[in-house]
Amino acid sequence: MTLVLEAAVLGILTGGVYALMASGLTLIFGVMRIINVGHGALVVLGAYLSFVLWRNLNIDPFLSLVVTMPVMFVLGVILQIVFVRPLKTDREALSVLVTYALALGIEGLLGYIFTSNYVQITAWYDTASFPIGSFRITYVYIYGFLLCLAILGAIFLMLYRTTFGGAIRATMLNRTAAQLVGIDVDRVSAITFGIGMATAAAGGVVFGITNTFNPGSHYDLISRLLTIIVLGGLGSLRGAIIAALVMLVATDITAVVISPVWASFVFFVILVAVLLVRPQGLFGATVRDRL
Amino acid sequence: MRLRDKRFLAGLALLLIFIIALVFPAIAPDSSTTNMGVFTLMYVGLATAWNIMGGYTGYISLGHAGFFGFGSYALGLLLAKLGIQGGYTPFLFVPLAGILTALLAVVVGWFALRTRAATFVIVTIAFMFILQLLAENLVGLTGGGAGLGFPSPPWRGAFYNIPFYYAMLVLALLGLGVSWWIRRSKFGLGLLAIRDDEDKALAVGVPAGAFKLTAFVVSAALVGMIGGVYGYYVTFIYPQFVVDPLIGISMVLMVFLGGLGTLGGPVLGALILEPAQLWLAYQYGASRLYLVFYASVFLLVILLMPRGIIPSVRDLLARWRARAGGSNGAPGAMREPPAAAQEGAAP
Repeated sequence: MTLVLEAAVLGILTGGVYALMASGLTLIFGVMRIINVGHGALVVLGAYLSFVLWRNLNIDPFLSLVVTMPVMFVLGVILQIVFVRPLKTDREALSVLVTYALALGIEGLLGYIFTSNYVQITAWYDTASFPIGSFRITYVYIYGFLLCLAILGAIFLMLYRTTFGGAIRATMLNRTAAQLVGIDVDRVSAITFGIGMATAAAGGVVFGITNTFNPGSHYDLISRLLTIIVLGGLGSLRGAIIAALVMLVATDITAVVISPVWASFVFFVILVAVLLVRPQGLFGATVRDRL
Repeated sequence: MRLRDKRFLAGLALLLIFIIALVFPAIAPDSSTTNMGVFTLMYVGLATAWNIMGGYTGYISLGHAGFFGFGSYALGLLLAKLGIQGGYTPFLFVPLAGILTALLAVVVGWFALRTRAATFVIVTIAFMFILQLLAENLVGLTGGGAGLGFPSPPWRGAFYNIPFYYAMLVLALLGLGVSWWIRRSKFGLGLLAIRDDEDKALAVGVPAGAFKLTAFVVSAALVGMIGGVYGYYVTFIYPQFVVDPLIGISMVLMVFLGGLGTLGGPVLGALILEPAQLWLAYQYGASRLYLVFYASVFLLVILLMPRGIIPSVRDLLARWRARAGGSNGAPGAMREPPAAAQEGAAP
């Protein structure tokens, strides 16, 4: 029982990290109607950036976000302008392919620079732990969770309390109408992509401390993140957060109750089960997406 | 008159390509070339099969590598359980692997096709990873990460590749035949209607659900059979190498390069890309730099020629002919209105 409880707590804490990574993905979908299959690769890229700063300059991984998040933001804006904006027709299908290609390119580059050996970022807080009741929690999970809460909170504040956030929400609701009332939809799209990349960098740091990773790690990540945002309903930020928590708690409990090898499997089983009942996901609006 | 000439020329070209494909192993019998031939034909078949679903209905599946791997495991397990020895007999079981894959596709399609567009893409990706996990975790059945062995083929030396070459050729031709027939049939017309506007297609009486599922199953069965032959060719299969996302995305890229929804597009795309990919993997495989190159080709194709080579060239020819005098209206070019602005209709 304690094991299950411990797994549930751990699931919530790691679920927060996945919520952060998935939030960028679902925002990008909401604003641009594109699926960023490269999101996992960008998380891994973020992890490698922090890894380099930590290994070569001995910068604390969490502190390195001050550098990596702006860098990834700018990179995201550039990627959006160069690769996503030119897609005029059939953008949902073509964007999947373009971002898949970006993922492959990033994987290849990272593999060229870092080889495919697994690495991990280490710091004092990834081994030190403190007791809660009958079990111990490693500090990094708490720090990671707090970081994600802070960033998600900032995203919500921006979305609901600023004019620019209003522009993002308007674009998500109706792109054409947003354009008609004078919103620069292209600019909103580019900045949203940048925000998505910045959250990927933040998620990448926590991912890089709590997991060993290599350039090919993005496949596992993106399949989980896509499952989360489909489950939550594409474009729904709240849905993505809840789905991330549910999924990670479910997998962590499966890992202790059944076996770690089946943990990821549960992920997809939940997806299938939910889609049978609600093809639009938990919080999805009516399905009006078509190619 | 002109039309008949064109048909005749096209038929002649096809016959020529077919004869070249048939005698190719005799022209270049060394095993590295025939190996390239086997893989190129494999991708001709895969891209053609994928096009039946992705090209005709517009439903982009990125999970076809799952069917590829499933067919591979299905054949391997059948041969192992029945104690079949290496030789020509395993090829006889390939259709059975195809039927098993078709059954799986019925189940997968039944729930995946409840979703549309973006969600469908994601569900197919999830399906592929489910299969990969199953292949890794069901150790008692599949051997898990240790892999599954096939009976070893008895052929030696340069001849080793030849039976596989012709097996892949047969499957590629089967795929092309099916694709050609679908394209001309009322069924195919229904699929194209679904691609253009599914709701309107439903409204005019196209049984969209049944049509989509049929296309999905046919496409998956072909891919599964090719996966089976592949497994026998490489004699040892591992979960991450047969249920490989890169195989799944390669067939998609080939279709997009050649021309989505055309008959010849997938063939052209595979003939261009697969030899290039093999060469790159051979040259730069160890450094994984070939992935970067592959990604660049991919990006260039989609950004510069989103409709593929065949439709672009066809348009170019039509325009050139119209300017040259316009003696006839180039009926071949009237496949579809130039990529209608779909974006405006989205929200």
